[in-house]
Amino acid sequence: MCTSCGCSHGEARVEGGAISHEDSHEHSHSHEHSHSHAHEGKHKHHHAQGNDIHFGKGAARSHAPGLSQQRMVQIEQSILSKNDQYAAINRSLFAKQNIFALNLVSSPGSGKTTLLTTTLNALKNSISLGVIEGDQETANDAERIRETGVSAVQVNTGKGCHLDAHMIGHALEKLSFDEQGLLFIENVGNLVCPAGFDLGEAHKVAILSVTEGEDKPLKYPDMFHAADVLLLNKVDLLPYLDFDVELCIENAKKVNPNIEVIRCSATTGEGMQAWYQWLESHRVELFNKQLAPLKVQIAEIEKVLAQKILSQKVTTGAAH
Amino acid sequence: MHEMSLAEGIIQLIEQHAQEQNFSEVTLVHLDIGKLSNVEVDSMRFCFDAVCENTIAQGAKLQITESPGIGWCMDCEKQISYQALYQPCPDCDGHKIQVTGGNEMLIKELEVN
Repeated sequence: MCTSCGCSHGEARVEGGAISHEDSHEHSHSHEHSHSHAHEGKHKHHHAQGNDIHFGKGAARSHAPGLSQQRMVQIEQSILSKNDQYAAINRSLFAKQNIFALNLVSSPGSGKTTLLTTTLNALKNSISLGVIEGDQETANDAERIRETGVSAVQVNTGKGCHLDAHMIGHALEKLSFDEQGLLFIENVGNLVCPAGFDLGEAHKVAILSVTEGEDKPLKYPDMFHAADVLLLNKVDLLPYLDFDVELCIENAKKVNPNIEVIRCSATTGEGMQAWYQWLESHRVELFNKQLAPLKVQIAEIEKVLAQKILSQKVTTGAAH
Repeated sequence: MHEMSLAEGIIQLIEQHAQEQNFSEVTLVHLDIGKLSNVEVDSMRFCFDAVCENTIAQGAKLQITESPGIGWCMDCEKQISYQALYQPCPDCDGHKIQVTGGNEMLIKELEVN
């Protein structure tokens, strides 16, 4: 990863080009970001000797012989703070454009992409849609999405096991997407790593198919803990399987008592209406949540204005 | 293997602080990795050594404090020791538990020259 802005060393790619700066670490950083970077890009990596003012390097090479320069530096900073900064930038962009962004997470083969194409086909005439597809390699999934007519950008993570917020920032530059609508981010098929990386989404949506074990929520608790809703997919196959739906839901609630569960099948359409309703109600809920502080601000401004205006009156000389 | 990108994130932050606080060598890195943070400590050690090479933290000692997991049982209305997200409340055997501690992953402090 590039230590200035988190760009990867040529591994991660947004379709149509690498995210990285071709390994040239003297870059002056003029990406065409719509989000800003929290640095000026003038630094050098590793041993910034050119700019450092230091008297020797530690005890043995100290300018005052025998005087140790060793010291403790308190940091108290989250290891994910950089990712979280990018996630915050994405989130404010989504808020500004009224985009309801969802981070779809699951193991490989849960039917994420089929569920997504079914969803897109059902909703594309009523609301604008966009998709960011994460996979280690290939643009197959983005192509499947584009067949529905919805705009999609593929992000290949190379050796990476998850999408991070910085990749999403770059992908958003490439996505032709109207202001407002739904953005689906299909994460890399992996039930471990994507749990910790905030992308700026409104919700993480976990997808689990009934062809997997009902104890998956217990085996991969972090992901089901991080998700707000669980789509239990491929329920049309239940008659052929020895899968205990109730036990699975019980397990999911053990790691996350607040998780909502929707049973569905992307191929037969069963339960999909419930999923669309969930999307709509949570989209409106987010919008209202974002609106609430603005309403408070407006009320404040109105109050101040009223006081100012009413403190003066158009009148004919009350003064003596 | 997200520990690898976490380790890279640590180096990023260290290099940022090296600039701001004017140091050029790091001899010790102290992390706080909570029990519920989804980080494998052994894997983190391995990845940290790998990404430190040719950086100002090359050869730095890695000290990891593993903070215990803490939860709040909503039924018992009290704090409990909570070491895995699927674990029930030791008192009521219920699962209505909110994580209140042990999910952090922090760089606490550095020993620098």
